[in-house]
Amino acid sequence: MNHDDTALFPVDTDTLTRLHHRLARTADAEGLLDVTYHLVDSPIGRLLLAATDTGLVRVAFESEGVDRILQDLATHLGPRILADDTRLRTAATQLHEYFRGERREFDLPLDHRLSTGFRGTVHRILPRIGYGQTRSYSQVAALAGNPRAVRAVGTACATNPLPIVVPCHRVLRADGTTGGYVGGTDAKATLLRLEKAA
Amino acid sequence: MNDTTPFAHAVHRHGTTVLRVCRAVLGPGQDAEDAWSETFLAALRAWPDLAPDTHIEAWLVRVARRKAVDVIRTRARQAVPTDRIPETPSDTDDPQHHDRDVWAAVAALPERQRLALAYHYLGGLPHTETAGIIGGTPDAVRRAAADGLRTLRRTLPHDDTPKGPSR
Repeated sequence: MNHDDTALFPVDTDTLTRLHHRLARTADAEGLLDVTYHLVDSPIGRLLLAATDTGLVRVAFESEGVDRILQDLATHLGPRILADDTRLRTAATQLHEYFRGERREFDLPLDHRLSTGFRGTVHRILPRIGYGQTRSYSQVAALAGNPRAVRAVGTACATNPLPIVVPCHRVLRADGTTGGYVGGTDAKATLLRLEKAA
Repeated sequence: MNDTTPFAHAVHRHGTTVLRVCRAVLGPGQDAEDAWSETFLAALRAWPDLAPDTHIEAWLVRVARRKAVDVIRTRARQAVPTDRIPETPSDTDDPQHHDRDVWAAVAALPERQRLALAYHYLGGLPHTETAGIIGGTPDAVRRAAADGLRTLRRTLPHDDTPKGPSR
C-alpha cells in the first residue's frame, strides 16, 4: 500500500542502488540466482543481456518489452532474477567491439538451454556462417541435415535466443532479400552493412 | 516450468518501502541497511516456493520485521553503547542532510508511534495486524500513527520537504 505522503520519508536512489548491488553480489556468491541481466546501448537499440552461471543465455531487444523478456526467463530458467552486470561484462565488451567493427567473432561461454530440438541444431550451426557472409534458409536447412526443413529454419532463426552472438542475421531469403528479424528488418540490414564495411 | 514473477520486480517495486520500514524501526544507519539486505536475501531463498496469491509487499514487510527484530536482539546482546546517529549541523542545501534530519526526527518519536508508522503507515499492514505486533487495539494503532505523523509535520519545516518524486 503506497501513500502519497510517503514523500515525507525520503529514500535516496544512490542508497537503493548500492543496496541492490550488494544484494546481487551476496546472492550470486551464495548460488541463489537463476539469471542476472543487464541493459546495454547499441546502434540497433538497447539490448537486454542475460546470463546463468553457465554463460550468456539470452540477448533480447528492449523493444520486445523488458517485462515480457524477464517473465519468459523466469518461466524457463527460474524466477530468481536480478539486474546485475557482473556476469555480463565480457559479453557487453565484446558486443561493443563488434558494433565498432573491431570484433569478427564472439568468444563467450554460452548457455544454450533455451534452444531445444531442431531449433537447437540450427542455432549451433549458425556460427559456422562466417562474419560478412550470408546463407539462404534452404542452405542452412541442408547444413542442419534436413534440406526440406526450410520453414523450420525460418522459425529457428525467428526464435533465436542469442541474436547477434548466434548470427541468425546472416540467413537471408533465397531471392537475396533480408527476410524477417526479431529486432526488425532495419536492424538486420544494419548488421549486414556493418559486417560488409568492416 | 512455473509462472512466478521475476524477483527483480519485487526489489524494484518494494525496495523503497522495505527500506522505509527498516529505517523507521532501526534508525537511518547501517542496521537498517543490513536488515534490508537480510530481508531480500531471505525473500530470494523463499521466492520459488511462494504461493502465487501472496500479497508481496505485506509479505516482505513481515520478513523485514523479523529481520529487524533479529538486529535488535543482536544489538542487545552486544550491549556496547555506541554513538547514535551523530547530530551533525543541518545544511539545508544538501538533500543528504535533509534526509538525515527526517529520519532522526522519526527516530526521536515514542516507540509505539514509530512502530505504528513503520508497519502500518509505511509498510501498509492492516491496523489489526499492526496491533498484533506492537500491542494495543487497532484504534490505538491508528491514533499512534496519526500522532506520530502530526509530530513529524510539526517538527519538519514544510518548505524543506522533498519536492521531487521520492520513489
